[in-house]
Amino acid sequence: MSVVTVVLLGKLADLGGAPELSLAGPLDWAGLKAALPPALAEAIDDPRNRVALNGVLIADKAGLNAADGDEIALLPPVSGG
Amino acid sequence: MRDIRLLTQMFIPGTLIGPFTQANPGLGGVCTFVGEVRYDAKEQGGVEALELTHYEPLTLPGMHELADRAFERFTLMGLLMVHRVGQMRPGEPIVCVSAAALHRRDAIDAVDFCMDHLKSAAWFWKRERRAGEWHWIEPRAQDAVDLARWQT
Repeated sequence: MSVVTVVLLGKLADLGGAPELSLAGPLDWAGLKAALPPALAEAIDDPRNRVALNGVLIADKAGLNAADGDEIALLPPVSGG
Repeated sequence: MRDIRLLTQMFIPGTLIGPFTQANPGLGGVCTFVGEVRYDAKEQGGVEALELTHYEPLTLPGMHELADRAFERFTLMGLLMVHRVGQMRPGEPIVCVSAAALHRRDAIDAVDFCMDHLKSAAWFWKRERRAGEWHWIEPRAQDAVDLARWQT
């Protein structure tokens, strides 16, 4: 089975119930949302929440394509002072 | 001399600043900022602890990019940028930025520039514990104002 790691930062970790999830891959954007708790799936559509694939920010979330061994990070806006 | 680090343990700024200053012989000025975890008054809920999370692949590379920009923008001899992650108590140092330059304005402005960007654009997520409960810290409008100062 192929595995995709999903790292959840900030308050998104609360919505996901853990700082890291292991999901069955491969995953596109719709597949990722379907595999996440509903509140988190809804939150990640917010354009302020960014997405990185293997440590690189992606410009087009909807075009996400994660394969076996890939790491997706879900990044809410950073905290201020 | 360039020293950019993330630390997981409590640090004493003086132990970094001394060697940093020594490592930039001939400097005309050194400017240092140390940020500490605020207590806040009991009436405001009193901060018991602050926790910073980061994302390894983005956070430290982002600090290096910020240092690159500081070196391009100001005439610097050296830059020290150290940031804590993990759990901290009020009064503990959380960040230390020190810049060495031939002239004071470059050193002072470089520290100001780095701090505004570290506070509002670096990849850190913070939460505070007040009365036993954790609360995430949201971005503030002032952060955008602070960043806008440098967009000329």
